[in-house]
Amino acid sequence: MCLAVPGKIIELTHLDPENRLGIVDFGGIRKSINLTFLPEAQVGDYVTVHVGFGLSIMDSEEARLVLEHLEQIGQQNQQKLDENARRFPRSGKS
Amino acid sequence: MKTQGDFRDPEKVRHLLDAIAQKTSKNWSIMEICGGQTHVFLKYGLDKLLPSQIDLLHGPGCPVCVTAAEFIDMAIQIARQPDTLVVSFGDMLRVPGSCLDLLSARAEGAAVQMVYSPLDALEIAQKEPKRQVVFFAVGFETTAPAIALTIVNAQRNQISNFSVLCAHVRVPPAMTALLSNPAHRIDGFLAAGHVCTVMGSNEYYEIAKKFSVPIVITGFEPLDILYGVYRCIVRLEDKQPGVENAYARVTREQGNATAQQILQQVFQVVDRNWRGLGLIPLGGFQIREEYGQFDALRRFSHLSPVSVAADDLCMGGKVLQGLMKPDQCPYFATRCSPEHPLGAPMVSSEGACAAYYRYRRNE
Ligand code: SF4
Repeated sequence: MCLAVPGKIIELTHLDPENRLGIVDFGGIRKSINLTFLPEAQVGDYVTVHVGFGLSIMDSEEARLVLEHLEQIGQQNQQKLDENARRFPRSGKS
Repeated sequence: MKTQGDFRDPEKVRHLLDAIAQKTSKNWSIMEICGGQTHVFLKYGLDKLLPSQIDLLHGPGCPVCVTAAEFIDMAIQIARQPDTLVVSFGDMLRVPGSCLDLLSARAEGAAVQMVYSPLDALEIAQKEPKRQVVFFAVGFETTAPAIALTIVNAQRNQISNFSVLCAHVRVPPAMTALLSNPAHRIDGFLAAGHVCTVMGSNEYYEIAKKFSVPIVITGFEPLDILYGVYRCIVRLEDKQPGVENAYARVTREQGNATAQQILQQVFQVVDRNWRGLGLIPLGGFQIREEYGQFDALRRFSHLSPVSVAADDLCMGGKVLQGLMKPDQCPYFATRCSPEHPLGAPMVSSEGACAAYYRYRRNE
């Protein structure tokens, strides 16, 4: 029930700050979503939606940073494996 | 825009699993609070891919599992009154109260309906002015702002035949309660990302400090979850308790200010009985007096449902505290199944017993 699904705002339909509404596209399925909690959300933003309400705007820069960090972790793993392979050529692994 | 799919990339999953294995030198028990995350662990078999030193404890983050039976009894009692309709989220309708669940009550003539959003409930009330429409509201801080805003809308539009049976609960006090139990085995927490999307991380600093545990805010895709585990293990191994946000693409340090403000405006914090966990100080939200006309407990205060102390076989309390795994329950997959649940954790799509039944039953 705490699941929130991401979607993209394709239209703002109601700009009343106390009841802000917009159309959000969830991979082809479009629904009217309440965006009152996201006064700054604009068309094109990806938002997380829970029980019909937008809760947060996705930050693509933060997403990129995490994926980059994971990339580094992968490279470090590889380096360690290579190093071990050099140091223990026969066993190939420490 | 990085898509959700990037957070399922199998190669990165492998790298992260390697990194976790390299870093883990001791036995650690990590609790994921959120039942949604429990399901992701089991669905993808991530728990089995982690080093055997890491024991995952499944937490109480299943809203319908922790909703006290008294609330369900009250909802049933209301639904039995003439010209009333009780609406709620699907899972809630199948959870047994002290003797009956809402769907069975419906089969016996009570008026009960499922909705996806509290706004649907308000719409029904507008369309059917002769009926008292009661939304049975359950859930954590993720869901509570939606209910609060619905109540504000009901007041603005003067929808007088609408009210809310508010059983909302707050997560941080439950974490404190779990850690205060001397029998607890929790070394670190994966905090529920969407609760924090609303509330931010402020409430966790004190808990992390007092109990000297790492609390890592974690998302829901396989990579999000493993990244949360990785950061938690790094903090445990490096002896660095504290709070960390591993879900920053969705969750901000301060949370959602507008949602918090509406919560404040409509609800006040109260002690609340959690099913299986008992009374949790400051563990719930109740509707403020200013909005009292939308509080179903007041509107139907003349009703007093009899909660029978049923002989409750379910061991859900232990499961929800991470003291027992679902498949250690003697009734698991024997007397208790999703078709014939003995307890709420077997009903809900976020319940740990339902997750084990779905993904682990035949092992
Ligand atoms: S298996 Fe059934 S009876 Fe056992 S704890 Fe889970 S819900 Fe309760």
